[in-house]
Amino acid sequence: MADKFISKIPDGPLEKKWTKRKSDIHLVSPNNKRKLEIIVVGTGLGGASAAASLGELGYNVKIFCISDSPRRAHSIAAQGGINAAKNYQNDNDSIYRLFYDTIKGGDYRSREANVYRLAEVSAAIIDQCVAQGIPFAREYGGYLANRSFGGVQVSRTFYARGQTGQQLLLGAYASLNKEIAAGTVKAYPRHEMLDLVIINGEAKGIIARNLVTGQLERFGAHAVVIATGGYGNTYFLSTNAMNSNGSAAVQCYKKGAYFGNPCFAQIHPTCIPVHGEQQCKLTLMSESLRNDGRIWVPKKKEDVEKLRKHTIKASQIPEEDRDYYLERRYPAFGNLVPRDVASRAAKERCDAGFGVNETGKAVFLDFADAINRLGHQRVAERYGNLFDMYEKITASSPWEEPMMIYPAIHYTMGGIWVDYDLQTTIPGLYAIGEANFSDHGGNRLGASALMQGLADGYFILPVTIGDYLSKKFAEPKTDVTCKEFDLAEKTVQERIDKFFSINGTKTVDSIHKRLGNIMWDNVGMARDEAGLKKAIKEIAELKKEFYEDVKVPGSQFEFNQELEKALRLEDFFVIGDLMARDALNRNESCGGHFRIESQTEEGEAKRDDKNFMYVAAWEYKGEANDPELHKEPLNYEFIEVKTRNYKD
Amino acid sequence: MEFNLKIWRQKNAKAKGHFETYHISGIEEDASFLEMLDILNEQLIREGNDPVAVERGCQSSGPVSFDHDCREGICGACSLYIDGRAHGPDDHVTTCQLFMRHFKDGATITVEPWRSAAFPVIKDLVVDRTAFDKILQAGGFISVRTGAAQDANNILIPHDKAEESMDAAACVGCGACVATCKNGSAMLFVAARVSSLALLPQGRPEAKRRAKAMVAKMDELGFGSCTNTRACELECPKGITVAHIARLNREFLKAKFSD
Repeated sequence: MADKFISKIPDGPLEKKWTKRKSDIHLVSPNNKRKLEIIVVGTGLGGASAAASLGELGYNVKIFCISDSPRRAHSIAAQGGINAAKNYQNDNDSIYRLFYDTIKGGDYRSREANVYRLAEVSAAIIDQCVAQGIPFAREYGGYLANRSFGGVQVSRTFYARGQTGQQLLLGAYASLNKEIAAGTVKAYPRHEMLDLVIINGEAKGIIARNLVTGQLERFGAHAVVIATGGYGNTYFLSTNAMNSNGSAAVQCYKKGAYFGNPCFAQIHPTCIPVHGEQQCKLTLMSESLRNDGRIWVPKKKEDVEKLRKHTIKASQIPEEDRDYYLERRYPAFGNLVPRDVASRAAKERCDAGFGVNETGKAVFLDFADAINRLGHQRVAERYGNLFDMYEKITASSPWEEPMMIYPAIHYTMGGIWVDYDLQTTIPGLYAIGEANFSDHGGNRLGASALMQGLADGYFILPVTIGDYLSKKFAEPKTDVTCKEFDLAEKTVQERIDKFFSINGTKTVDSIHKRLGNIMWDNVGMARDEAGLKKAIKEIAELKKEFYEDVKVPGSQFEFNQELEKALRLEDFFVIGDLMARDALNRNESCGGHFRIESQTEEGEAKRDDKNFMYVAAWEYKGEANDPELHKEPLNYEFIEVKTRNYKD
Repeated sequence: MEFNLKIWRQKNAKAKGHFETYHISGIEEDASFLEMLDILNEQLIREGNDPVAVERGCQSSGPVSFDHDCREGICGACSLYIDGRAHGPDDHVTTCQLFMRHFKDGATITVEPWRSAAFPVIKDLVVDRTAFDKILQAGGFISVRTGAAQDANNILIPHDKAEESMDAAACVGCGACVATCKNGSAMLFVAARVSSLALLPQGRPEAKRRAKAMVAKMDELGFGSCTNTRACELECPKGITVAHIARLNREFLKAKFSD
């Protein structure tokens, strides 16, 4: 396996690497592309754009999603925007600056070459999306409009109201539909991948469960692409969609794909606070709101008390009694500091007793100044739908009183380890979008997830996968009746049978909630050795209880959402354990990963470049053994590694 | 809060459906409608072991199946017909953004799946909406290849045109328009896509072909005709107006006359 764990970064100057790699890649002729089959799992921005582009190239593509239509993938919920180094604002933006901001935002834990390539293709993404008919926001002259986002000092974010992810996904889905109509792509909605099939060490297919009939089905191909997103739902409460899961990634991990930096999870600062025990899902309020909203808590504890008792309203607290703590602590970036910094600052104020709601876990995001400065109409154009959404959920109007927000799990920077070609440690298996670990280091900047998903899907994977497939066109179609498929299907069948045989007393969700509490309390915004060890122990105990006492009603051969959840929870246990192990190993504070043991006197995160400037890639060693850690050193050849500073 | 829930239960597409009534209590008024259903399901799964519940007939049907995903009102998966209204008794929301504060404590709430010939029931409250995908596959796209695009600012689009296109593009494909329409027409859904693309210069070259192909596919898949009752626009969670249907009709007629 060691030879497969090489990042394969091309030699030469940073700005020539991608061009060099592209010219070195072997091509597949059109008549041979027709003979090649590719499986794409997931239909979000990464999966849909990859499948559409591969279909256009002439490959035979099969695409799978768990929802009823490819359009439901969770990319659709991204609100704020997509970054691109277009420099349309003439504010001195450039590919280099987007690259630099992303590396710095990721706290120097991502690969220079990958991130540079991401910035390099970013501009073409916008061109592509406009050509597809995506109604991006426009200036009155008809030119594209931009806004700014956290962690940067230029305006490079393109947006379609607060529904940018929706519009980009509908664009990718439209391209996918074009290829489905042309017959190059076949879609399998309501199908869930439950195993990866490997033949002679190469990825050759998947076992999927048809979620309507419950049948297990076999699909073969010459290569498999995983585009199934992140694993934030390990925490139960997150901003991810309810059905988002890490199962496909775990199947790949269990079959030998290394898992990169699992502990890097992003906690988003602007979510609607938890309202009670019955909640199952947290709602994000776009980071774009921080462009014009100001974050504060009261300076005086007596005001906090009154707010909690509802005897005063936020708007009645005078200006001089408000603590705009981000503007105070980080004057250069103010409310636009990166997400990890903003989240920790909110936690710090709430832990100090300044939380503004009954639970003590909320801060204000205030638009009064923006409304005065810009007027009602312009604020409505920028954020109208977000204000409506907030009011629907909380029954309070942001036009009158500030929003209340609190951090929540949002995105996972970690994921399946991939090389420069986006290939995993299993030949023929690729991972793109949030499902891989590659571009965001320890922290992702706002409006960069959409950029990465589409960069991987439209511009990178369709090129790099050709290099692998150029050696495969002479191979016949994968025979799904071979013993490897038999064995994989048998293993899946045993997993399913086991759940129906337990017949315990606890529901899947009740156990998942408890896993979420373990994760949030110990592997959340602040982590330490004792807590992480406790988490590993408690996860193992809860997993045992799960296998002894879960109740999965119904049967396999029907539409059975409880069975779906049980299978996913089984995999969340694997990821939760791996996250805690990785967090325990990484005894430094870095990006979204904050170790209490590693902080400055002012309580800022303290990185340890000497000992931890590497990608932690974990290898599965079987159920009974601990996973093995492999290290990919990160070399910064082109930029100087600095302490992240958003103060001046 | 407490409620009596009268819920449509149907084992699969072929089985005959029926209503079952459940009682639920201890619901917070800030809970969403789907969170309330989650709690009901927890109860139904646990009661599966309870002999008293078996006698009451709860055990046979198990937890209630319903489509849902993002729970932020954007993915379009949730699709419940509540007390006779698509997405229930609040305006401009999907089911997941409906909160229990909109119901009277102690109320009996009736929950059904979308009812439409083009959307067969899969189980309980889950329907098959692949007909929508098929309509879009017939022409709901612009034929541009990856990598073939010119610089984005070479196509200037007036601010108001872009905004109007965005109004139509906000469609989440939930199917409330079809479920609400007495004819089971998908005109608002088709119009939203046709109109959004027709308003943009990039969408013009294929405008005629698109309008004809999508309308033909809609008719073929068993959706009904539009008789301008405007019920769809009232229940659309994204507030898409029938003005887009008027634009679809113009596009369609233009295409037909030029044949």
